[in-house]
Amino acid sequence: MLLIHCPYCEEERPELEFRNAGEAHIARPANIVAESDEDFEKFFFIRANTKGLVYERWRHVHGCARFFNAVRDSVSDKFIMTYKAGEPKPKKLPGAGK
Amino acid sequence: MSASFRISGKGRLTQARTARFTFDDKAYSGLAGDTLASALLANGVHLVGRSFKYHRPRGILSAGAEEPNALVGIHRDAARKTPNVRATVQELYDGLTAVSQNRWPSLSFDVGAVNDVASPLFSAGFYYKTFMWPKAAWKSLYEPKIRAAAGLGVSPDLPDPDHYAARFAHCEVLVLGGGAAGIAAALAAAETGLRVILCDEQAELGGALRFESGSTIDGRNGWDWAQAAIARLVAMDNVRVLPRTTAFGYYAQNFVGLVERVSDHLQSPDPDLPRERLWQVRAKRVVIATGAIERHMVFADNDRPGVMLASAARAYLNHYGVAVGRNVGVYTANDSAYAAAIDLKKAGVNVAAIVDLRDNPAGSVIDEARALGIEIHGGRAVVRVGGKLRVNSMTVQPKNGGGERTIPVDAVLMSAGWTPSVHLFSQSRGKVAFNDEVKRFLPGTYAQDCISAGACNGTDGLSACLDEAYAAGAKAAKEAGGKAAKPAKPKVEASESWSRGMLGAAPGAGSGTTVKAFVDFQNDVTAKDIRQAVHEGMRSIEHVKRFTTNGMATDQGKTSNMHGLAIAADELGKQIPEVGLTTFRAPYTPVTFGAIVGHARGKLFDPTRRTTTHGWAERNGAVFEDVGQWKRAWYFPKEGEDIHASVNRECVTVRKAAGLFDASTLGKIEVVGPDAAKFMELLYTNPWEKLEVGRCRYGVMLREDGFIYDDGVVGRLAADRFHVTTTTGGAARVMNHMEDYLQTEFPDLNVWLTSISEQWAVIAVQGPNSRKIIEPLVEGIDMSDAAMPHMSVREGKICGVPTRLFRMSFSGERGFEVNVPADYGEAVWEALWAEGQKHGACTYGTETMHVLRAEKGYIIVGQDTDGTVTPNDAGLDWVVGKKKTDFVGIRGLRRPDLLARGRKQLVGLKTKDPNTVLEEGAQIVADPKQPIPMKMIGHVTSSYWSENCGRSIALALVAGGRGRMGETLYVPMPDRTIEVEITGMVFFDEKGEHLNG
Ligand SMILES: [Zn+2]
Repeated sequence: MLLIHCPYCEEERPELEFRNAGEAHIARPANIVAESDEDFEKFFFIRANTKGLVYERWRHVHGCARFFNAVRDSVSDKFIMTYKAGEPKPKKLPGAGK
Repeated sequence: MSASFRISGKGRLTQARTARFTFDDKAYSGLAGDTLASALLANGVHLVGRSFKYHRPRGILSAGAEEPNALVGIHRDAARKTPNVRATVQELYDGLTAVSQNRWPSLSFDVGAVNDVASPLFSAGFYYKTFMWPKAAWKSLYEPKIRAAAGLGVSPDLPDPDHYAARFAHCEVLVLGGGAAGIAAALAAAETGLRVILCDEQAELGGALRFESGSTIDGRNGWDWAQAAIARLVAMDNVRVLPRTTAFGYYAQNFVGLVERVSDHLQSPDPDLPRERLWQVRAKRVVIATGAIERHMVFADNDRPGVMLASAARAYLNHYGVAVGRNVGVYTANDSAYAAAIDLKKAGVNVAAIVDLRDNPAGSVIDEARALGIEIHGGRAVVRVGGKLRVNSMTVQPKNGGGERTIPVDAVLMSAGWTPSVHLFSQSRGKVAFNDEVKRFLPGTYAQDCISAGACNGTDGLSACLDEAYAAGAKAAKEAGGKAAKPAKPKVEASESWSRGMLGAAPGAGSGTTVKAFVDFQNDVTAKDIRQAVHEGMRSIEHVKRFTTNGMATDQGKTSNMHGLAIAADELGKQIPEVGLTTFRAPYTPVTFGAIVGHARGKLFDPTRRTTTHGWAERNGAVFEDVGQWKRAWYFPKEGEDIHASVNRECVTVRKAAGLFDASTLGKIEVVGPDAAKFMELLYTNPWEKLEVGRCRYGVMLREDGFIYDDGVVGRLAADRFHVTTTTGGAARVMNHMEDYLQTEFPDLNVWLTSISEQWAVIAVQGPNSRKIIEPLVEGIDMSDAAMPHMSVREGKICGVPTRLFRMSFSGERGFEVNVPADYGEAVWEALWAEGQKHGACTYGTETMHVLRAEKGYIIVGQDTDGTVTPNDAGLDWVVGKKKTDFVGIRGLRRPDLLARGRKQLVGLKTKDPNTVLEEGAQIVADPKQPIPMKMIGHVTSSYWSENCGRSIALALVAGGRGRMGETLYVPMPDRTIEVEITGMVFFDEKGEHLNG
């Protein structure tokens, strides 16, 4: 069972309290009606499914109930960092080289 | 017959404390502190089981958790029959009953042993090759036969009467393994005052000190030092010592699973005690001190009872005071077996000879053995042993061939060297590295915050192990935030040390021989099988493992993995690291389902949710059905009624008079805030801004792909307050869906969401008399049609308590849903029922609710829709606000396939024979005469007998359904084909007049 740091509660809590909510940084288009079929496909259906660093959403569903984002290594399962919903993709990850 | 092999003055058990037990109905006596294995050996019993595949007689190989052979059944009572218990782990108690396994009719004469003679049939990969064709025969013929013939113990056939506990624990330093190294690490960490947990699988901690007679620490015998150190640790408030506790799994972020055997060793356990306790430990640092496991020698018939590991024989002698024979032979490739020979010789047991594969063994233990007068044959191999149910001789030959010599013995002690237990390190995803010099895999790259110390880290010698472990404990504590303390470090004055040994098949079982030289005792895998796997093309050790099943038994290859790997490497002509090591997986030793499940079984498996009228419904004869976690009243039969009679009466009564129905399980969400209407506009297809306060609307919610996700009636209580209802099953996910959009896509909206499903009990009162029933109990609400039309909501009081009173209908009749605070649910229900009886009302359950709504063509999301149905498909185009520029699903709805012709549409079905009720889920075809497989154009989603219509009714999803009105289609069933006609979805009161009736 993983420990996950909730950026709102500001503490590590067991995975049991959380639920994964899919890939992060996929914004719903402001004018979604105007999206082409191809763009809608990219938005709704296509996911990166990266081997390595993944940016994903989690919800502290049995805690503060907030959605937040996380960077996780899909090979080791290790959480690199978590950050609040709406914040940009981190440019530099902790432990990463310059 | 059962002459005692207990040697007085040897061992640590008290002679006076006897414990009686039976093995296969024969009575024996042992001592308190014995394991079942040591007690059997004390009685001269070596033969304890039959092997998995060949039914070969098997004895006791080891004295610990690695035991592959001595698996027995322990029978406490009719319900407590535990199979596959390792006799080397099971502690003896007075009255213990053990039985041997996998034999018929008896252990010494087993019919299944014919498998041994017919063994060519059962060679490596035989499952794959022999029995895979024809495929159908596998399930019906081969598999049951193989399962009956092969196998281990028998599962208990009664429910497990024991209970199992579970605990979460947190500590700074967790020490896995309570041998000398683990104890030293725990001492070092504990002195810092941090929380330390030390666990060990044995009843008494001390590890190899149990048998190592030659160790002295801090001036006393190693074992005594260990017991004193444990006593000191136990007395410390910050330390928890867990004996009989196996660390079975090492998971992410230093999360380690332990199983504590709480009462299996007790004669009559307190019924309040759990049988086992699962510990889920989260540690800042872990010290792995899991020691090493001795390997057997691979030679012909090395599985005969009486052939065992040298260290085991030593443990039985030095700890339990039991000689494993009176005239033992030793076969070794390293020094450690000499120590066993020396201890036995000194205890008065004859050591017939030590056969050493090494050409010129030299060193102090060898000198000591020689000085005691033990014959040593260097450069020789034991090529086979004699005896069947018990070894009676060993045949020795120079390792490069030559004259044989047979030496009578009654036990053979063997040692091929020691394998560091890197299982838990490997489970932590650490990478092992092969050390070519000592020929063993050792912890290499670490993946987690842990340190290996002692024999599991490849460190030889007690002194070096203690130093390393002590430093590891101190380091772990420091890294976990502990202050450095300077406790006295244990000083080793005398120790034993050995390394090296050999891997793979010994000469007698070398290349080219077809003898049964076992590598994996538990799965009956021989050296020949592994070579055969290579010949048949297996190259990777993972393939060899699966083809031969080497290392795949419950002992996880503790004694066999390295031998198997070496034989495969040899056959492939490759180096060991090139062939690779198989992955170590949890559990380290078998874990009971009970321990994993804990209290979560029976009633505690899943929460049961009951509505506030549950007790009333029970007292009034309701039959319940499970709806998710909810118990819902299904129907209310009167004396002599079956479900059909009851539902028919309920359906008719509701339409003729009235009915009361508990609708409390509906999901309810309050959407509040200045932007509440705006939010509703985005989450639902319908328009909400213009919905007047006090009015309701049926809302449909889509996913972004345009498919129906949920539905429900929504009431507007104020300009900034909506009372939203969802389906029963959708309550939690709709809340999650709403929160997701509110938090992440529309965070600027000023809205607050509250789940109110459990706050409000909901009593539906439906039928022409519904108003008359409610009105006398209500204060402050004008219920006239003019003041409170269909689809409106009012707040006021009922029976003196607050109510949100909805006028709405899921039956097609004039109807109300009375929301009251849950605490008053039952009281208000009783008051309404008292009124209802005056007006001919009935109570009804979910079945009648379903029939009534189907008569009106009202859909149930999840039954009439399946996640691929759009509002248009469901005939609900009117719910989509045509002028809206955005809502979740608006773009998805415009995808080409969702607009295409010929989509499946929801329609009504009438069977040509009105008495035939279709089966829900049944497939629909246009032409029943077409060849199989037929083209299926739809399926039945809802189907009932409608007493009100006097016929069966059904809803179905049918391709292009609305364009097929009046068409005849067919529902092929196994015994007949049913003719149906496509109709509209409304079967009763098509004009909707009853809503105001
Ligand atoms: Zn939180």
